[in-house]
Amino acid sequence: METEFTPITSLLGGALIGLSAVLLMAMHGRIAGISGIVARMLPPSADKAGLPQGIIFVFGLLIAAPLWIALTGTIPDQVISAGGPALAIAGLLVGFGSVLGNGCTSGHGVCGISRGSARSIVATITFMATAFVTVFIIRHIVGS
Amino acid sequence: MRNILTLISGLLFGTGLILSGMANPAKVQNFLDLFGTWDPSLAFVMGGAIMVTMPGFWLVQKRATPFFSDMFHMPTRTDFDARLIAGAATFGVGWGLGGFCPGPAVTSLPLGSTGTLIFIATMLLGMMAAKYVASPSTAQQET
Repeated sequence: METEFTPITSLLGGALIGLSAVLLMAMHGRIAGISGIVARMLPPSADKAGLPQGIIFVFGLLIAAPLWIALTGTIPDQVISAGGPALAIAGLLVGFGSVLGNGCTSGHGVCGISRGSARSIVATITFMATAFVTVFIIRHIVGS
Repeated sequence: MRNILTLISGLLFGTGLILSGMANPAKVQNFLDLFGTWDPSLAFVMGGAIMVTMPGFWLVQKRATPFFSDMFHMPTRTDFDARLIAGAATFGVGWGLGGFCPGPAVTSLPLGSTGTLIFIATMLLGMMAAKYVASPSTAQQET
């Protein structure tokens, strides 16, 4: 299904994400990579020292939508077109891949590119490429 | 103070994802659908984020240490190993398939969709599996 091109709100939302990343770097000296923050909380070898701050950050993520709804009176648009089995596989791949590749859209895509990391640039090009191919296959080959 | 700022940081991130439309998997998948219902918004999200993060990181790192830590935990590796490429490639397939990556999925959890719950549950399993597979000596988180 089509979604509306939203250059202004997307740019502003992106700037907020950037602000969050800068704040986290200024406070803890850490990259705001969501996969890393979540994965570090999980066994094996959970990072016990960083756990409280990780939990607080994730809690901040979790209250964003309820606060948004309370303050704006609107529920964020969300259309999840993938079915249960596809989402289960997608979750496995995203979780496994982000830990194996040391980062996701935020860690590599935003923070890594911002600090000019060649590894992050290569990672971002790689996951963009496989994601483009995947969507092409599910929408234009399998789905047509 | 430290806890409040960390909470604000998470809240800013989540709000940014919602405002930008990235909590909507359809919008993410449409960015990835160049030959269909293409929606370039995601490029603007990344652009907006990088425009703030790049100068912000540069400024922050003029300090000797972060405010609440004794050092900057910056990734130091510069090599391209098979794990990086295989991991990113795997991540991309999952991202395209579901339209979710970790940040938007966690942010979407309170919206209460079953699909989000399924995705998060298997994402956590995938992360733990990768941590078991990855040897601690090479596991140096960039994120």
